[in-house]
Amino acid sequence: MTENIAALIDKEVFVPNGQEIVDAKDIGDILEKYAGARGGLIAILEEIQNRYGYLPETALRVVAENMGISLVDVYAVATFYSTFSLQPRGRHIVCACMGTACHVRGAPRVVEEFEHRLGINAGETTFDREFTLETVNCLGACALGPVVVIDGHYISKVKKTGVRQLIDDSVKGFDRIRNGEDKRIFPITVSCSRCNCSLMNNRKTIDGHPAIRISVASGGQHGRLWLSSLYGSPGRMIEHDIPPNAVADFLCPHCHGLLIGHENCGECGAPMAVMIVSGGGMLKVCSRIGCRGHMLDLA
Amino acid sequence: MITLTVNGLHVSVEKGTTLLEAASFLGFPIPTLCHMEGLSPYGACRLCVVEIGEGPGAKLVSSCTYPAENGLKVRTASERVVRTRKMIIELFLASCPQSKEIQDLASAHGVRQQRFRQEHEDCILCGRCVRICKEQMMAGAIGFQGRGEMRSIGTPFGAKSEVCRFCGGCIYVCPACQLRCTYNEPEKAVCGGCANLAPPCLNNEKFHDMMCYMNPCVACEISK
Repeated sequence: MTENIAALIDKEVFVPNGQEIVDAKDIGDILEKYAGARGGLIAILEEIQNRYGYLPETALRVVAENMGISLVDVYAVATFYSTFSLQPRGRHIVCACMGTACHVRGAPRVVEEFEHRLGINAGETTFDREFTLETVNCLGACALGPVVVIDGHYISKVKKTGVRQLIDDSVKGFDRIRNGEDKRIFPITVSCSRCNCSLMNNRKTIDGHPAIRISVASGGQHGRLWLSSLYGSPGRMIEHDIPPNAVADFLCPHCHGLLIGHENCGECGAPMAVMIVSGGGMLKVCSRIGCRGHMLDLA
Repeated sequence: MITLTVNGLHVSVEKGTTLLEAASFLGFPIPTLCHMEGLSPYGACRLCVVEIGEGPGAKLVSSCTYPAENGLKVRTASERVVRTRKMIIELFLASCPQSKEIQDLASAHGVRQQRFRQEHEDCILCGRCVRICKEQMMAGAIGFQGRGEMRSIGTPFGAKSEVCRFCGGCIYVCPACQLRCTYNEPEKAVCGGCANLAPPCLNNEKFHDMMCYMNPCVACEISK
């Protein structure tokens, strides 16, 4: 580390509108991780942004000095990508989709409600640095519009009336919301897509609800698999020696028919097993052991 | 050595030569704006487009960045190239009509109209100043920032640069800084004051120190 940077480290910089102090030692640690790797600039800037919530000016200067590239180049990258922010951002990032599909389904009214409730315009941060409201042009989830992403949680079909609840929820923290209180996690009852026998097992419970029982087979090994019947819950138990990451055949325990669908898992690409959900729709579960890919097809 | 055909003439060039260099070696003029001797090729202005390939597979490429290939057939002034070039100049006129360099190009290529919404930008983002600062002056004081419509050239954080030595190189190479003669219609994209052969600049002292966009200017030729 050159003397210049040491001088920068000693000079702690107070960020206006906040109590955060940029600690160049942190940035030094991040830089060390990517030392010698060309093209690590974006990864470094991402880590700095994760640490501080934005890119402080001092941090950019330290990065430029240490990586041997001029400050203009660092600044060009930082201003080019909309991920990066040079302004301090709030603890909770509200990101509303304003794409065409969301727009016609009322996204402007949702954004207006957020602006009204938070007392800021889109692109601004509240004075107490709790919330930042951003708009994006498309999140790629047009069928679910209007979509709002709060702290990395995608919330679909947002209505103007639900905005207040969303703000309260994000203050509490979405991760801490218990099962049952979160509308995105709900119990389902499923049956075999071949013989239509119920796959629910009342003797085994996961997450306090009857589990879904399925027979699995892979490479000559057979066993039983229990899935949580709470849609969205990752809970599952397995009773066999199939190695993780192996793609297994999902079988109905009643008719021993293969529960195979035509679709592949969006996360790992393995085929998805299909079950019928009572009340309409299909539940698709990735057949790779260990993959959490699943989806509900209500079409 | 690489052999290629430019406008039907065979030429052998070294490996790594661009189409622009090969064409100028043969004496075919290709207009350029962002290209500059001594600076790295950038391909931003697209003014140096040439057509390569034949038939339906023919495509337009920027000759300043395209390396010569064996057996390549290049046309520097086909109808499609000329049409595209005029359109590019017209778009430059729409954004930056006060630049003498752009007005000269418009005059030389017979662009007599501008059909787009008129804007008055002071930068066409050709990147000449950014490259001379970095490559010739070894400073890197100015650079591009932002994206899309917001893209601009400036110093980091908009503050006075610590590495700038005030060499003035950026202003020297800027194609938009040198202003044109505005005649009496400063808002118009192409003034055409001299083109009607009743040039006001001959008899009016006001225009003596102004630079004219005509290259060469009929009026000045007459007065000489």
